[in-house]
Amino acid sequence: MAPLSLLLPLAELEVGKHLYWKIGGLVIHGQVFISSWVVIGALLALVVAGTRKLERDPRGVQNLLEFLWAYVRDLAREQIGEKAYRDWLPFIGTLFLFIFVSNWGGALVPWKLIHLPSGELGAPTADINTTIALALLVSLAYFYAGLSRKGFRYFEYYVEPTPIMLPFKIVEDFTKPLSLSFRLFGNILADELVVAVLAFLVPLIVPLPAMFLGLFTSAIQALIFATLAAYYIGEAVHEEAH
Amino acid sequence: MDSITSAASVVAAGLAVGLGAIGPGIGQGTAAGGAVEGIARQPEAEGKIRGTLLLSLAFMEALTIYGLVVALVLLFANPFAG
Repeated sequence: MAPLSLLLPLAELEVGKHLYWKIGGLVIHGQVFISSWVVIGALLALVVAGTRKLERDPRGVQNLLEFLWAYVRDLAREQIGEKAYRDWLPFIGTLFLFIFVSNWGGALVPWKLIHLPSGELGAPTADINTTIALALLVSLAYFYAGLSRKGFRYFEYYVEPTPIMLPFKIVEDFTKPLSLSFRLFGNILADELVVAVLAFLVPLIVPLPAMFLGLFTSAIQALIFATLAAYYIGEAVHEEAH
Repeated sequence: MDSITSAASVVAAGLAVGLGAIGPGIGQGTAAGGAVEGIARQPEAEGKIRGTLLLSLAFMEALTIYGLVVALVLLFANPFAG
């Protein structure tokens, strides 16, 4: 494949190669950290720029931020309910924005121009470690939400409506983070792979429709992750009307 | 990796995606059919139906993606490579 990859330097296919950093006894994937920092920096810059001079009639960046805020608020209110959604709005909003900007940043920013010693930059969410961390955060969040709102009465949820449900509800606690993380990771990696394979076969124009489809599905995946996180939290804080 | 392991892994990777695509394919077809029926019956609800349809399509697509993850693990991070 050597002559082909020389011919098409931007269309190489790399899976499972990473830029390893050793910190203490830990080995971490450096490229994921770099691209996450870029995403976090971009989001911070956007928010700071949009909230520096607040105006009564929002214009420009402030307008965009208010639109985003209203969007995330509606999402959280619909899933968590009127009573508790305010506590969880920052969490849901952060998840949605981070995943959304990660997915789109991985597809839209020309990372290939930055050369790394090994591995390649891309969407942070195309690495299983990122998505598992996010999914475990969601797990912690809904346990905390349930326990802090209802105390030990939270565990009544496991035996409702009948105690027969107990094993299923316990298994559900493990399958929730599993499916959340694999869904996001698989979708983003699949988008990148489809584009990479198409670009490898036909480097011009042909990958474009696949790229647009990728942008669409990655936006939907961010929405789904945030919706499901909100739904799980809403399930945990939901009070049965006795 | 010996040749029998790699051959089995490649076949299994193909089967994982191929078989995993059947169920969600049928499910997505049913869901899309239902949505079209709903829009035909009640065209003013199109926006709401479309949003719900896209969300549920993505859920079904996740099932195939699980198959794809298994296939990718077999191809690029094979635990039996030795």
